[in-house]
Amino acid sequence: MKRIYVKEEWCLGCHLCEYNCAFANSGLTDMVKALRDKPIYPRIQVETDENGVTYAVSCRHCTDPICVKSCIAGALSKKDGVIEIDHSKCVGCLTCVLVCPYGAVVEDGSGVAQKCELCMKNSCGAPACVKGCPNGAIVYEERQAVPASD
Amino acid sequence: MKHYVIIGNGVAAAGCIEGIRSVDTESSITVISAEQHPVYCRPLISYYLEQKTDPERMNYRTPTFYADHGVTVLYGKTAEKIDAGTRQVTLNTGETLPFDALCNATGSAPFVPPMKGLETVREQFTFMTLDDALSLEKAVTPESKVLIIGAGLIGLKCAEGLHDRVREITVCDLAPRVLSSILDETCAAMMQKHLEANGIEFLLGNSAKEFKGNTAIMQNGDKVDFDVLVLAVGVRPNTALIKNAGGDVNRGIRVDAACRTSLPEIYAAGDCTEYRDISADTDKIMALMPNAYMQGHTAGVNMAGGEAVFDQAIPMNSIGFFGLHCHTAGSQPEGCEMYEEADEKHIKRLFVKDDKLTGFMLIGHMHRTGIYTALIRNQTPLSTVDFARLKLEPQLAAMGSAYRSKVLKGVV
Amino acid sequence: MNFYPEFEVERNDSRCIRCRVCERQCANEVHWFDADGKVMLSDESKCVNCQRCVTLCPTRALKIVKSDCRLRENANYSDQTIKEIYRQAETGGVLLSSMGNPNPLPVYWDKILINASQVTNPPIDPLREPMETRVFLGKKPKHIRRNADGTLDTKLAPQLTLSMPVMFSAMSYGSISYNAHASLARAATALGIYYNTGEGGLHEDFYQYGKNTIVQVASGRFGVHKDYLEAGAAIEIKMGQGAKPGIGGHLPGTKAVGDVSKTRMIPEGSDAISPAPHHDIYSIEDLRQLVYSLKEATEYRLPVIVKVAAVHNIAAIASGIARSGADIIAIDGFRGGTGAAPTRIRDNVGIPIELALAAVDKRLRDEGIRNNVSIVCGGSIRSAADVVKAIALGADACYIATAACLAMGCHLCRSCHTGKCNWGIATQRPDLVKRLNPDIGSERLINLMNAWRHEIKELMGGMGINSIEALRGNRLMLRGVGLTGKELEILGISHAGE
Repeated sequence: MKRIYVKEEWCLGCHLCEYNCAFANSGLTDMVKALRDKPIYPRIQVETDENGVTYAVSCRHCTDPICVKSCIAGALSKKDGVIEIDHSKCVGCLTCVLVCPYGAVVEDGSGVAQKCELCMKNSCGAPACVKGCPNGAIVYEERQAVPASD
Repeated sequence: MKHYVIIGNGVAAAGCIEGIRSVDTESSITVISAEQHPVYCRPLISYYLEQKTDPERMNYRTPTFYADHGVTVLYGKTAEKIDAGTRQVTLNTGETLPFDALCNATGSAPFVPPMKGLETVREQFTFMTLDDALSLEKAVTPESKVLIIGAGLIGLKCAEGLHDRVREITVCDLAPRVLSSILDETCAAMMQKHLEANGIEFLLGNSAKEFKGNTAIMQNGDKVDFDVLVLAVGVRPNTALIKNAGGDVNRGIRVDAACRTSLPEIYAAGDCTEYRDISADTDKIMALMPNAYMQGHTAGVNMAGGEAVFDQAIPMNSIGFFGLHCHTAGSQPEGCEMYEEADEKHIKRLFVKDDKLTGFMLIGHMHRTGIYTALIRNQTPLSTVDFARLKLEPQLAAMGSAYRSKVLKGVV
Repeated sequence: MNFYPEFEVERNDSRCIRCRVCERQCANEVHWFDADGKVMLSDESKCVNCQRCVTLCPTRALKIVKSDCRLRENANYSDQTIKEIYRQAETGGVLLSSMGNPNPLPVYWDKILINASQVTNPPIDPLREPMETRVFLGKKPKHIRRNADGTLDTKLAPQLTLSMPVMFSAMSYGSISYNAHASLARAATALGIYYNTGEGGLHEDFYQYGKNTIVQVASGRFGVHKDYLEAGAAIEIKMGQGAKPGIGGHLPGTKAVGDVSKTRMIPEGSDAISPAPHHDIYSIEDLRQLVYSLKEATEYRLPVIVKVAAVHNIAAIASGIARSGADIIAIDGFRGGTGAAPTRIRDNVGIPIELALAAVDKRLRDEGIRNNVSIVCGGSIRSAADVVKAIALGADACYIATAACLAMGCHLCRSCHTGKCNWGIATQRPDLVKRLNPDIGSERLINLMNAWRHEIKELMGGMGINSIEALRGNRLMLRGVGLTGKELEILGISHAGE
């Protein structure tokens, strides 16, 4: 299945992905209305390493997702390869935040958990971070699992 | 075609069902469920009281879960006996169920210490099951004064759940601090202060020794009047079936990383078990829902002939009260070093020993904490990561570019 | 002396979401976030109007506008002229500029119109009929030659084969970035055309694109060695450049870093100043020696191009080059771009390519030596129409560079010489270089060329021509508008209506 992958050699650290993500999941049609004068809670996070290399981290949609296994509310599930969160079931215990080894599940600003759902549930239909990346540093494509090497 | 039997219908059982079906889609699965409900999320009962959820949404899986997985559930029945030799389970109804492989997922039961005069309290509840919560809900009124015995996870979640529904809540505990099983003094003090600011009263280092109707007489002689009593002292694993069948039982049922008991083809998972905490390198009862699922899943895979291990178990808790959240994981072994960062609303305590992160307590810092948890779980040598950066903030940046490449460029 | 900034940043605060993309993306440090007031502020004096912030602002909250603060109006002393005087009075230095001459001198392309067939000799529909845009560059035989046994002698001098009559002209690695070179190399390969190393040598990573590479030998001989000469498909001797005729290239030491210095074979951080002349060339005979030295070094496998700037006596110069043994002449007009040139030279030296091209083609034909060489023209070829007009004026193919840079993201702010290109093209700063992802850069170059090829075919079809070769020098297909008799005479075309 298609997932989001990062080409860090092309990431400019512009953080547009975070804003595009927050907008795409705001449910609003105007970015200004959605984001102006508000803190944003994106589902993708840009990190900077010690050499100044930047890259965006979002849900890996793991083959064996520990967040799904750990959800105490049965709100996280994996459907057709996409790890989804049922917001009506989430009570905001944040156990998923505590277990995600990539820090890809985050609190949404109102106390409940949120994570990248590949923009499948919002009006974008395809990941907004990928579409809005000015330098092709985030891609949405099919890749094969590489068997773990020793 | 095999026959799998699962005793219990909690999250470990659900994990077991999904584990079995990931390997074997043919054989029969029978679940013995003492409760009349399909598998639901027990930790959500406090959120139910808080009206953040309802019984329907509390279901752990979809309504068609059992049908989809070809599972027969025997509601309202309990297992009386396991015969490990003949591989049969005898039910309270006298029926017997043969099995090829069995998973004991019997969970735990509230522990109520002997207290004088407890029988004179009319409105007393434990707080473990949905039925407990439903009964408690009926008993309270906006005028109720509630006394909760136990300032642990269950007692405090109950207090939060009842907060908007009653007039007064007092929590007492023999321990000198709240959440004594997961927080140290400093962290507990911050949580306590926050709970108190939200109107919860505490009587710590002090518990009820006697009841006279609606009055509790405390160990220090104080008297506390209440309308409703909640007993949340602790839980005990349900180990009797395995013990009686001749299995190795300590405080909990002893299982290995494959979730095998000492009895052939008999597995156990969830709160009834005692298993290895890799952060402390000791066997423990870690009655935690995520671990229950993972154990159940592991047991299921192995029962069906697959191969699975759950060898990364650690204690971990994500819990919050009135908007202040805390994350804890792992342990603080003897001689560990602590890295601390604190201000009025936050505490970050990381515990390090032998080049490894063994545990942490975080209050108010909820961002991406799973990166810390993974360090404990994977027992990552801290000399291989940039721990100085990690201390400041959990981030993949500190894990090295090779790890990052693997995670961000490949399928994980 | 302080001037009011040339540009103003217009920030629509009601649209600004404080994402700070403008701040992060501006290498000139125009924007910053004021945490106290929670607003974005700017220092407009640093702005070069590269439009990076405007392009990336997700809410269209930004505009860069020309300041209307002006010195007192004076048709003789323009605002710019006066400020240049101030600047020189302050620094005592030569003014530097980048990209092509921006001044309002005539653009002859815009005064030439293309013919189309009506009724007789009907137009050809390129969607339904085959159209040939392939061209071969190199010496062509004057006559059909036969071997002793009567068979045709098919042995030709080495040729370059282009799928369409456009190539990417010389931009050195150093003046532009590694990723810009990668984009050009990959696009040229995918398109079946050529790109040109410029005088900065060839990075070892790009030897793999050698089949589509023209390697340049310029007066500084930077980066020239045997493997380099053999790596390409043709060798270009750069005698001059349209943007700065009469002087050599100049790469500031700040750009001669890392692999750039290695590829040029010069010390890191040293200015790479090419001499104005080739010190071994003072005559056509000397040029001939270099042409043959290079041919000898590469065993006569590769065509040799001689590139000159369009200057006053270009026709005579071209005639000499056509007799020097060169296979191809490249003529670069006065609007050609550069990564750095003295402003006075860029804006005042050289002549328009249209006139130069027409004059050269005519002269070579008149002298019967047109087949000795192919002609490539450059220096502001902006569109498929310019290409078609150039071919009809006598060119075999065109060189483009500014248009290629635009395709890669350049916004023509003309600040290449500062080395802080916000688009990752004319810079060596690693954080800026990475802004040009060659996957995207090459794709956009390929798109541009494909679009032009379609347009060239449509224009050809309209004229009833189905092969680009049949258009070459076909000046009957052109008419001038608003041109003087002299201009028409030099261009060799009739006025519209004639």
